[in-house]
Amino acid sequence: MSHAENLPAWAALVTAFLVLAGAGLTLLGAIGTLRFRSFFERVHAPTLGTSWGTGAILLASIVCFSVLESRPVVHEIMIGAFISVTTPVTLMLLARAALYRDRTEGHGDVPPRSILRRPPSS
Amino acid sequence: MTATILLWSLTAAQAMLVAAMGCSAYRLIRGPRAQDRVLCLDAMYVSAMLLVLTIGIRSGSSIYFEAALIISVLGFASSIALAKFLMRGEVIE
Repeated sequence: MSHAENLPAWAALVTAFLVLAGAGLTLLGAIGTLRFRSFFERVHAPTLGTSWGTGAILLASIVCFSVLESRPVVHEIMIGAFISVTTPVTLMLLARAALYRDRTEGHGDVPPRSILRRPPSS
Repeated sequence: MTATILLWSLTAAQAMLVAAMGCSAYRLIRGPRAQDRVLCLDAMYVSAMLLVLTIGIRSGSSIYFEAALIISVLGFASSIALAKFLMRGEVIE
């Protein structure tokens, strides 16, 4: 922890606040996966960590390294863009798979397949 | 003084992220169905990636950034493969 003395006070305080906020949001999302009842409620909880949990910690890293190296260090944006693009894709695919499994096995009160959609003629 | 604040807040943040990984691991073991386990695996790799990033801020080297990037890419690929497996029963058709 030798580089922390080189940080000016405002940068250290901003970094500390952002890191704490991001870790707290991630912990809240993980507690949400324990407390919600059904899978379709539970699928919302980890997005707390993937949106602002990740965003705050990446901002803290950007502030810390930009001030330390006295040049803009923004390669953390790459992780942020990647996470914010891939999380909806993963969770949509997972929720569709769960809906399909609940329908075919017939448990859980999931809505039935729409009657407006014609069954595939095979 | 501010260095001490930064050090302790990083320690607290790492403890919170480890607790988040513990909650996800509990649901991963308990989870009633397979989709809960895949969901918590997804939440767990995000927490692990954030933990690596906080270790990077603490040590002040940018090597940890690349490790975090690799964790996020491989975690996405594994989650997609597991969700596809739950949907169709096989990964590559």
